[in-house]
Amino acid sequence: MFEKIQYYLKSFLFLELLKGMYVTGRYFFRRKITVQYPEEKTPISPRFRGLHALRRYANGEERCIACKLCEAVCPALAITIESEQRADGTRRTTLYDIDLFKCIYCGFCEDACPVDAIVETNIFEYHFENRGENIMTKEKLLEIGDRYEAQLAADRSVDAPYR
Amino acid sequence: MIEAFIFYLFASLTVASATTVVTVRNPIHAALFLVLTFFTSAVIWMTLEAEFLAIILVLVYVGAVMVLFLFVVMMLDINIARMREGFVQYLPLGIGVALVMLALMLSVVTGDIFSSEAMLEPIPKAADYSNTKALGGVLYTEYVFAFEIAAVILLVAIVAAISLTMRKRPKTKYQSPPDQIKVRKADRLRIVKMRSSNFEP
Amino acid sequence: MSEFFHSTFQFLPEPVQYTVYTLLKVVVILVPLFVVVAYYTYAERKVIGYMQMRRGPNRVGPLGLLQPFADMFKLMFKEIIIPTNSNRYLFIIAPVITFAPSMAAWAVIPFNDTLVFSDINAGLLYILAMTSVGVYGVIIAGWASNSKYALLGAMRSAAQIVAYEIAMGFALVGVLMAAGSLNLGEIVGGQRGGLSNWYFIWLFPLFMVFLISGVAETNRAPFDVAEGESEIVAGFHVEYSGMTFAVFFLAEYANMILIAMLTSLLFFGGWLSPVPGLIGDSIGWLFAKTSVFMFLFLWFRATFPRYRYDQIMRLGWKVLLPVTILWLVVEGVLVYFKIGPWSG
Repeated sequence: MFEKIQYYLKSFLFLELLKGMYVTGRYFFRRKITVQYPEEKTPISPRFRGLHALRRYANGEERCIACKLCEAVCPALAITIESEQRADGTRRTTLYDIDLFKCIYCGFCEDACPVDAIVETNIFEYHFENRGENIMTKEKLLEIGDRYEAQLAADRSVDAPYR
Repeated sequence: MIEAFIFYLFASLTVASATTVVTVRNPIHAALFLVLTFFTSAVIWMTLEAEFLAIILVLVYVGAVMVLFLFVVMMLDINIARMREGFVQYLPLGIGVALVMLALMLSVVTGDIFSSEAMLEPIPKAADYSNTKALGGVLYTEYVFAFEIAAVILLVAIVAAISLTMRKRPKTKYQSPPDQIKVRKADRLRIVKMRSSNFEP
Repeated sequence: MSEFFHSTFQFLPEPVQYTVYTLLKVVVILVPLFVVVAYYTYAERKVIGYMQMRRGPNRVGPLGLLQPFADMFKLMFKEIIIPTNSNRYLFIIAPVITFAPSMAAWAVIPFNDTLVFSDINAGLLYILAMTSVGVYGVIIAGWASNSKYALLGAMRSAAQIVAYEIAMGFALVGVLMAAGSLNLGEIVGGQRGGLSNWYFIWLFPLFMVFLISGVAETNRAPFDVAEGESEIVAGFHVEYSGMTFAVFFLAEYANMILIAMLTSLLFFGGWLSPVPGLIGDSIGWLFAKTSVFMFLFLWFRATFPRYRYDQIMRLGWKVLLPVTILWLVVEGVLVYFKIGPWSG
């Protein structure tokens, strides 16, 4: 009997509903945590996996030796490599394409690379305007590598103790 | 002048839409034309200063009855070809019924009760005259007995209709919202205290 | 006002004068209404954003204040897509059928003792009739779209609106009993004499029923199963785009404002001041009270999860309806023994 009265009182006085409204009402005055994106940005980890790049050694020679480990490990089959032997006997790539529409940014290529040639930068704001721009050619990748070398080296040295 | 214009406009609309109700093929269109008929007749009532009845017509017939009507018609899968099968066969009977109804209506309309002499033009009332109040007054004093009987008959009809259509299917499983609401955490959930590790070496 | 108008436009014949004056009054009511509707959508996004610790729209103009116009222009220039095998004529006319009654209902709303477009005796009934006609737009939209989601949404909405209209009507019977009139101005007049005479104190259960069924009538959260995006995508307006969609939207928000204003008129004394000795009655009170209820609509949406459909029906028929009938009996007894602020 008592329980029944309690039940009716509880449901007809809207206690639970008011409790819910109290919670949302309190949050109305809370500090807002929205990040105002183009002006504000969240910090980026040194391990961030964004747009790809090909690095060079300090003497300007490209690192990639066309071992094709990245091509083999790529789960999305996004990487295509063709290679040749140079006059000095070293092997280098003639074609190094990454299809960014296929790429899933898993970072396996970076892990597989024995010479740290293919890396992923922390660039995530990029777009394509024409058909075919989604294919990152060797030239484009090397150019990105040259431009962001300082950032790439810094990120890798921070992460080095854990590798 | 303007009253006559409004009357003829809406009267012709009423007749036109009422005719369309029976001639149009699509049952949904028919129902919608019936709604239009109710609306236009409500306007005609309004010109007779029967604003309470006019609004009630819209509220009850348009707002509730026709909604349910449409509801049912939309759910039905009406096969028009099959409905027309017996059309010619029943035509003589249909024409006979229609003629009888026509004769009845003519006798009523041309008779004394509905003649234009018997139906005087309503005397315009003052702006603060509420025919809702007047109607209520008459209903609850002079005609209270008939009114209450009508109410009881309607109630009986509702109960009968519901009890005729209510079918309890034994195998169907129902949810019971009141029982579901009454459930509290304590009824369903038991929190057990356990040591974090049972395997101590 | 009326005399001034008629004296300035004396050169026109009288019927034209009358028509122009009436149209002018319509514009005076509807244009502010549209502006309020536009900014109500903005307020909704802002308020719900704030309750979820977000900022809401803040890019278009200062504080995002031009957002409603951006939305409006976007919707205006979008293509109206008409689905194949849909009923073209009904498909286009459905938003108009929803929109027209939600505007027409404003004709009898009094803003002040004298400021009312049409002071008719059966005002309350007229509003009920108009709100009940609005359901046709939803049903026709659902049927004409030739889409199963739309049809399901229309069915849900039709059943829900018919069910809650009964509870709402009964709640209004209580107000009618208390005021002894169907005229909205006289209903407000019956609550004269300060806070203690406002009907929400004496008719508290009816007030709650009215508010709940008002939320249900306008298909707002937590009763928005007609849209129910988790199970039927967007319900009856799933096939609508561009301006046709905007018209549905406009009607929904105008209805919300109408319900908020009706609540403040019927239960909270409209333009009457809560302490008549200290502060005078003014139209400002009405707007203040209306805004409170408009805010409540948004607060509800930010707080409550959507009802399950069978529970909506149960609430309408098995809870709200008995509560109203019970309170009508109580009110009858109170009126008989002359306890409370009843007139007549």
